[in-house]
Amino acid sequence: MALPEHISRASGAPAPSRQPIYALVGNPNCGKSTLFNALTGLKQKIGNYPGVTVEKKIGTTYSQHGQPMTIIDLPGAYSLAARSPDEAVTRDVLLGRRSDTPQPDRILCIVDANNLERNLYLVHQILDLGRPVILVLNMMDVAAQSGLRIRTARLERELGIPVIPCEAVNGKGLVQLRMAMSRPDLPLSRHAWDVPAAIAPAVSDLQASLTEHSGKSPLIARAEALLLLTDQNTVRVAGSAPLHTRTTDILGHWQKKWSSEGTDWAASLVSSRYDAIAKLCAETVEQRTLTSGPSQSDRIDGIVTHPVWGWLVLGGVMTLLFLSIFTFAEYPMNWIDDHVATLSEWVKSSMPAGDLRDLLTDGAVAGVGGVIIFLPQILILFFFIGLLESTGYMARAAFIMDRLMSRVGLNGKSFIPLLSSYACAIPGIMATRTIEDHKDRLVTILVAPLMSCSARLPVYLLMIAALLPSGEVPVLTKVGLMLLMYFLGTAGAFGFAWLFKRTLLKGEPPLMIMELPPYRMPAIKDVVLHMLERAWLFLKRAGTIILGISIVLWFLASYPKVPEGVPASEQLAQSFAGQAGHLLEPAIKPLGFDWQIGIGLISSFAAREVFVSTMGVVFNAEDTGDDTTPLRQALATATWPDGRKLFTPLVCFTLMIFYVFAMQCVATVAVVRRETNSWRWPLFQIAYMTGTAWILSLMVYQVGCLLGF
Amino acid sequence: MAALIRLSELGVGTSGTVREFPAASTAMVRLREMGLLAGTTVTHVRTAPLGDPIEIKVRGYRLTLRKSEAEQILVEPTAG
Repeated sequence: MALPEHISRASGAPAPSRQPIYALVGNPNCGKSTLFNALTGLKQKIGNYPGVTVEKKIGTTYSQHGQPMTIIDLPGAYSLAARSPDEAVTRDVLLGRRSDTPQPDRILCIVDANNLERNLYLVHQILDLGRPVILVLNMMDVAAQSGLRIRTARLERELGIPVIPCEAVNGKGLVQLRMAMSRPDLPLSRHAWDVPAAIAPAVSDLQASLTEHSGKSPLIARAEALLLLTDQNTVRVAGSAPLHTRTTDILGHWQKKWSSEGTDWAASLVSSRYDAIAKLCAETVEQRTLTSGPSQSDRIDGIVTHPVWGWLVLGGVMTLLFLSIFTFAEYPMNWIDDHVATLSEWVKSSMPAGDLRDLLTDGAVAGVGGVIIFLPQILILFFFIGLLESTGYMARAAFIMDRLMSRVGLNGKSFIPLLSSYACAIPGIMATRTIEDHKDRLVTILVAPLMSCSARLPVYLLMIAALLPSGEVPVLTKVGLMLLMYFLGTAGAFGFAWLFKRTLLKGEPPLMIMELPPYRMPAIKDVVLHMLERAWLFLKRAGTIILGISIVLWFLASYPKVPEGVPASEQLAQSFAGQAGHLLEPAIKPLGFDWQIGIGLISSFAAREVFVSTMGVVFNAEDTGDDTTPLRQALATATWPDGRKLFTPLVCFTLMIFYVFAMQCVATVAVVRRETNSWRWPLFQIAYMTGTAWILSLMVYQVGCLLGF
Repeated sequence: MAALIRLSELGVGTSGTVREFPAASTAMVRLREMGLLAGTTVTHVRTAPLGDPIEIKVRGYRLTLRKSEAEQILVEPTAG
């Protein structure tokens, strides 16, 4: 594409001598990831910004001459005056405040052409940075359909930078974009706007201080000075260079002065930017046909957020989500189970017996199986979440549920992660990335494992069977007992969320300032890519920890070895795990549990359902697969050394209560470690959940004993 | 000039012009940055089924905010 003369002639910043680094920035919902995927294909690297839980995505694309160019995909932001860790990272990278990321040489700004005014606010802040900018107008097709005409050439002339119309979803405009990106020199913006007179002296003061004390170039210093004035309580994140005290003093001085004069400096700055943008839009955007009547999005919303139909739609979507996680995931999970078993058998038959063989089969193969068994659920959940996000329904679900979630101090965005945790806390916790507020996200992560996950189901079923032998009580009683467990877990999650939001993670009153994007056809390619990316990250980060701990647990249950011919139950009793069960007994005896149950509690760390198979080994029950009858009979005859019955109805009930609240899942611990980037929160989670489980079980058992159960 | 009412009291389907906006707080600065400024026209599109939050149309797009924020913003209802 030949660029207009005024742009190609403009004296631009010279091309960097090394491989140029582009930053890709834009508002949420403007098609930024689609463009990033289209430009980089699968040449992407995902990591974390050190010290923060914000994902760092870097990709490589090629210029028209085949030269590699780096693109940093910065988190979506509405403004550089950050309000979330995501936005803080975007701001800090652009300002060159992060030592772990090079300051980008050039900036690629993508905007939704249908919503130019608000999207240009961020662009307006970015133009101040004094770096070459390319503006990408995305979704031009949708804009044309709704009768919007954007005079691209005029916009280009007003801003003085290349403006590329584009449809990222189907790749239109990418060639022109690549050509613009390949240019050795890119012009700097010529756009000028008026900083309000009352504020201008403060901007110069701050600019001078930033240049002098932080060594910033004058343009970046000016941009940062302007930002400092709208950054309310500047979100600071780890890894970002702090301000010089002199700069902070100057800022404080001006803010005090303005406060006493009654000048609302932030408001007047934002207003002047919007004034400049409104002028730009008046010259470049033309609404050709006035769309008559409600848009298609409006008609859909009339149903989806309707007081009656809205709930039905939400219920339907959630039921579908659950059914697919439970039913569709079952086939691949069984398949994985079978193949892991086959592989294990094969290794067993082709290797001489010994410690190494046991390590490989019962330790490593079983451990790998224990990791990949989570993949079907993670893939399905993230495919669904991707669809919901990409169509725009996710924001509607948050809109509908916000009121309920606000009761415990969270907002509507915590709903989907908590609900997903009924299936498995791992994808649920991974889904909290959509919650911008750092504290809300942490609270959601902390309480998510209290929602009764599918791994607790076998434990509940076994205990209910032991507690209420079939034939003696109506089925409804069993169902009621099961529902009680789900209710207790849910109530616990909301109760603790309420508590944490008032104590430990007290924050600003929660906000629900959220954009409701128009409904769109989902971009399946991006949804699939995102899903695979989540699964890969799970394998890479959490998988290694889970595998390691599984091997440790296997070792604890198998060593020290006892002579050949001794029954498996005796081997387990003699093992380190058995010894730990004995050590644990004083702590769990007040709950009515003996050391044998203690072994089960310890082995549950591999996965809660392992309790069932461990009980099978401990009590020498014949393994008959899914049928728990022999195990139930074995449990019925188990006794304390003095002959008292071990599994009384009260003990079974107490054990269920313990499983509702206790944090016993290594995989969840590993995921929380990854998502919060520290061991502090997973350890706290183990402590508070298991502590609650112990106290509640103690109360239930002791009160039950007193009442004569 | 017509009497000012709170944005939270603006009837569903009706529009108004923002007149008074409370001074700086994080939420209020963000609402401004999202384009809700003195002089901007807003339309109350709908209220969530449970009565909170509300959905408004501003600068051609849809935004939600809770009533606790909406009641701090004063608007002048558009006649008719």
